[in-house]
Amino acid sequence: MMGTLVVDILSWVLICAGSFFVITGAVGILRMPDVFSRMHAVSVIDTAGAVLLVLGLGLQAGSLLVVFKLVVVLGLLFFIGPVASHALAQAALQAGIEPKLDQDRRGQPVAGEMGLDNTANKQTNDAGTGSRTQ
Amino acid sequence: MFFVATGAVLLALVLVVYRAISGPTVFDRVLAANSIGTLAILFLAALGFLTGRPEWLDIGLTYGLLNLIGTFAVLKFFRHGDLAFDVEEDGTE
Repeated sequence: MMGTLVVDILSWVLICAGSFFVITGAVGILRMPDVFSRMHAVSVIDTAGAVLLVLGLGLQAGSLLVVFKLVVVLGLLFFIGPVASHALAQAALQAGIEPKLDQDRRGQPVAGEMGLDNTANKQTNDAGTGSRTQ
Repeated sequence: MFFVATGAVLLALVLVVYRAISGPTVFDRVLAANSIGTLAILFLAALGFLTGRPEWLDIGLTYGLLNLIGTFAVLKFFRHGDLAFDVEEDGTE
């Protein structure tokens, strides 16, 4: 009796958290400014929302077969999400869609790695600090 | 509690369908369609538990596989303009 109550409470918490993340991701898809940041919102649904919802449902599953099917659903989502996101980002970049950037740092030299115009700083900067030129 | 999950996924579906209709580029629509597929799997799972028939998970699995194939087909078409594109044949890549 006590055990089922604990399982119910845990299931409630997982399902409510999963629902929260699913709605958060959907609002992100609606309100993010460009396609690349929208992909970031989709990943919230694909990872946090789906995993928490499926775990919450799996705690309520009656038979082992249903648990197995839920695990297969989880594995499918686990592989579909990153693969589809990668293909989508590559296709969008090749179609010439530029990400909206507040500050474009592409093409700028990185201190300690490229060292195009800051050879003087190269000796003073320790390797691996990761500081970027302004 | 299954009612909460079903309602949340339905609300998310409405928001994502709005993005799929109003998306400015085709990639926004593909992204929204992919997300609709994920949400449909979750919706079928939650609805199966809500109605006491978890067999609906099989439909969800099938829908997920179809969704992956559909996303790739659309992306390949818009990237190469041809569904039968092969890098080894073409060599322009």
